Amino acid sequence: MASSEEDGTVEEKENNNKKRTKSALTTAWLTFYNIAMTAGWLVLAMAMLRFYIKKGTHKGLYRSIARTLKFFQTFALLSPAYRVICLLGIVRTSVIVTGVQVCSRIFMVWLVASSIRQIQNEESVILFLVVWTVTEITRYSYYTFKLLNHLPYFVKWARYNFFIVLYPLGVIGELLSIYAALPFVRRSGMYSMRLPNKYNVSFDYYYCLIIINVTFFPLNFSWIFVLLAVFPQLYFHMLRQRRRVLHGEVIVEKDD
Amino acid sequence: MKHYEVEILDAKTKEKLCFLDKVEPNATIGEIKSMFHRTHPQWYPARQSIRLDPKGKSLKDEDVLQHLPVGTTATFYFRDLGAQISWVTVFLTEYTGPLVIYLLFYFRVPFIYAAKYDFTTSKHWVVHLACMCHSFHYMKRLLETLFVHRFSHGTMPLRNIFKNCTYYWGFAAWMAYYINHPLYTPPIYGEQQIRLALILFLFCQIGNFSIHIALRNLRPPGSKTRKIPYPTKNPFTWISLLVSCPNYTYELGSWLGFTLMTQCLPVAFFTLVGFIQMTVWAKGKHRSYLKEFRDYPPLRSPIIPFIL
Repeated sequence: MASSEEDGTVEEKENNNKKRTKSALTTAWLTFYNIAMTAGWLVLAMAMLRFYIKKGTHKGLYRSIARTLKFFQTFALLSPAYRVICLLGIVRTSVIVTGVQVCSRIFMVWLVASSIRQIQNEESVILFLVVWTVTEITRYSYYTFKLLNHLPYFVKWARYNFFIVLYPLGVIGELLSIYAALPFVRRSGMYSMRLPNKYNVSFDYYYCLIIINVTFFPLNFSWIFVLLAVFPQLYFHMLRQRRRVLHGEVIVEKDD
Repeated sequence: MKHYEVEILDAKTKEKLCFLDKVEPNATIGEIKSMFHRTHPQWYPARQSIRLDPKGKSLKDEDVLQHLPVGTTATFYFRDLGAQISWVTVFLTEYTGPLVIYLLFYFRVPFIYAAKYDFTTSKHWVVHLACMCHSFHYMKRLLETLFVHRFSHGTMPLRNIFKNCTYYWGFAAWMAYYINHPLYTPPIYGEQQIRLALILFLFCQIGNFSIHIALRNLRPPGSKTRKIPYPTKNPFTWISLLVSCPNYTYELGSWLGFTLMTQCLPVAFFTLVGFIQMTVWAKGKHRSYLKEFRDYPPLRSPIIPFIL
């Protein structure tokens, strides 16, 4: 019947409009998010530079930027990947890999650097802070420019080349920081639970940190030989992306 | 009788792997797999996936050649499923581990706890009870694997045995360490809590066993038929009216009982992880029941009556 057909197309149009507004909203949110994150990390970079120029030393630098750092690193949880999961209910491997990275960053900020005051003046902390700042500014500005459809070549180049040096440096900084924190953790017994207790469980943060260092350290640098854990996969993932984007490697489908 | 010709191509490279002529029209995929195995001995039938379309679903072993949508020259695509291991082997290995490991902790074998506790026994009777329950549970599982279960698939990928054993053995060690620890704290509400937990545990163990028997009786020996499970005269099966996978419901109940009995956080974790995994499986099974049987009872939920 003519009228029901009309109803059908009106409904279709409504649905299409809904989809369009949904994707427009998503794009708007993503653009805002990426601009905000780029700006945030730039602010952090400026704060760090200013501190160093003024004081001539890195001692006390962590304290001065701690709050801003915590805010922006935690804000990364709202990373678009997670919005995608919520909206579409799909979890892709790259999302899992990014998820692990975000978790490890949160762990470093909240459970290591901020909670163990005595290591905040260590060089290793400054090392990973600098690495993170450069990496994140590159990454978020890349996403921002991409969303605005105006990607300068040097941003693309930076994104796919910086990580080659920055990634191992960042890992070294993080691991050395954890190593430096060990004696303080042991002495204070922080985040640990002993027997006997009514839950019949125990947890020793000291040994937990040691295990983290021992398992992630060799795995991170044996990425050349061992493709087992998640971090090496992230590295390879980036290498693959890099090859695809910069050298325009095209995958040819064999047609019979 | 008109004979078929069968060619088997690699699903990825489209390379011709095998050509069989004079194949009987009533030949099954299983028989074709055996013939393929003869020309390629490294691919035993269990690791062959034969399909009509390179990206399509695997054909079943029971499918008959002449009933498939193929011409007299049938083209099939082959995918290697990788090294396979039988379900029975995997089950026996993954269940024997916890049985043995728990006992090592229970008897306080050296190098686990401080030397002064070697080969001592716990002073709390709930620890002995827990050991009996845990051991009973895994012995029941081993016996069911040997004598009760009827498996639809003979095999699973080899890497599963490492994954599964790590899960079962790892959790068993973690739980057993705390329950049998010299500094173990018995449940807060003492005897009442333990008694209630034991009743729940035993009830669910019997229930789980009843469901396994009922499922076995649904399927004649050596067949792979699928039917809707219905409650039998055994009252423990009446929960089938409300859930698609009552075996998982009872399994959850057993572990909740064990958690309550031991009041041990690692046990609670194990119960939670198991619950999540069983819910995923139950939902999948529920969905395939709904797809396969048009008259599937609408009242049923996957694992928890009315809720999940």
